Amino acid sequence: MSKDIAILGVEYGVAAARSALADAGIPWRDIQFVSGAATMRCGYPGYVAGATFAQALGWQGAQVNTSYAACASGSQALAAARAKILAGECDVALVIGADTTPKGFLAPQRGERPDDPDWVRFRVGITNPTYFALYARRRMALYGDTAEDFALVKVKNSRHGFTNPNARYRKIFTAEDVSNSAMVADPLRLMDICATSDGGAALIVSSLDYAKRLGKADAPRIAAISTVTPTFASAVVEMPDLATDSAVAAEPRRFRAALPAKAYEEAGIDPKDVSVAEIYDLSTALELEWYEDLQFCARGDAAKLVRAGVTTLGGRLPVNPSGGLACFGEAVPAQALAQVCELAWQLRGQAGERQVAGAKVGITANQGLFGHGSSVIVKR
Amino acid sequence: MKPRTAVFDGWFSLDEREPHLLGTRCCKCGTYYFPKLNSFCRNPDCDSDRFEETPLSRTGKLWSYTNASYQPPEPFVSPDPFVPFAIAAVELERERMVVLGQVTSGTGVDALKVGMTMELALETLFEDDKGEKLVWKWRPVTGAAA
Ligand SMILES: [Zn+2]
Repeated sequence: MSKDIAILGVEYGVAAARSALADAGIPWRDIQFVSGAATMRCGYPGYVAGATFAQALGWQGAQVNTSYAACASGSQALAAARAKILAGECDVALVIGADTTPKGFLAPQRGERPDDPDWVRFRVGITNPTYFALYARRRMALYGDTAEDFALVKVKNSRHGFTNPNARYRKIFTAEDVSNSAMVADPLRLMDICATSDGGAALIVSSLDYAKRLGKADAPRIAAISTVTPTFASAVVEMPDLATDSAVAAEPRRFRAALPAKAYEEAGIDPKDVSVAEIYDLSTALELEWYEDLQFCARGDAAKLVRAGVTTLGGRLPVNPSGGLACFGEAVPAQALAQVCELAWQLRGQAGERQVAGAKVGITANQGLFGHGSSVIVKR
Repeated sequence: MKPRTAVFDGWFSLDEREPHLLGTRCCKCGTYYFPKLNSFCRNPDCDSDRFEETPLSRTGKLWSYTNASYQPPEPFVSPDPFVPFAIAAVELERERMVVLGQVTSGTGVDALKVGMTMELALETLFEDDKGEKLVWKWRPVTGAAA
């Protein structure tokens, strides 16, 4: 029996849910399960995201779920809907994530809290860009990546997002624009690092039977959702920690690489079959790191892909045709779902000027705080 | 003279000439922890709940580095005006772990190179009415091969 579910409707934006319902051609009253993702930063509604969204659309008695898992919140909300559908407990579900994020550096909650690693690292002056910059500098030292390579990622994503009506920042940047922007965390400049943002994204997903009854048997399908934790000993220092695990008693492991590995295994899909990817470019250098974690190339070879235009629209494996976080900013609980929305449009052939020709298999990847990350595979 | 105390109590020794970070070590599997862990070992194949406190190696190899060009948000306490500082990630060989920290003042990223030997130092993080708060920092070992 197939473990796939169908994607019937997708949308971004403030009225994401209503638009996704319209896209799917399904009345709100027919939705049996509402799976919401938000953050505690939204205040009390963040703790009860599913119900908040359901109330905004008008209580109609659907079952409800709330997910809070940092950058992976959207994927966990999607996983909850898939489990419900595959268990036969519902046919069709609304999955929605939205957030309002503060501007500038993401800062911890207030008060004197020496037991909270997120508070401790800000106390000693270590922000999110610190981690992105440490990874970037390490790539330069190990693989010979340059600041110019990192800038190529920004230039590529800004060109991709320029024609995307959903993108928040639509402006073409040159390598010079990047190298003229202010240094934030050496070697990363302002334009190497994504902005914080707000926004929403919604999906309507259903059983394959339900999709068939609707005449949408050929809708894109969710073939895998990976939300694995790191495996001890996690050997790359991760936000918000000040130290890695000690690898004295266990082999050192890479968390980011584990996320897509599980998704490929679950979908029975090989990395070489991927036609398009939406990945978390929190920084330009981090997008390169992901190419290797997604097994698009050998460790250390990622800069060659971007230099050769492989990951640019028109190349063999376009990455972030939506423009990525470079053009969207990071709206934490919405972003993992927004990535799936873009893949669905690509696989339906509805991506307009940013269409990846003949896209059949897409993969997402994202990762954030405290061992949360996800990778979703969508196929046609 | 104002009292000088650790910004986080018990995280490092206050020996200003040869300071050590203070961690714990699992009595069963030998895994090191910084900051200290005293509850249950986080190695999934180890069920120990016994730890001994131990000083960590005070030198290591520079894994990577960066700097803070802009003032971090609270709870960071900045001098006025803000003074940019470098940040190091240092790999401790015996513990097989990487520990972050600021680089001692006056040393910028231009003086750093991945792989160089770094040693632990103490400096003042900030000063308030109660005294000076000390923090651990990393400093290039002078004369060491890069
Ligand atoms: Zn142990």
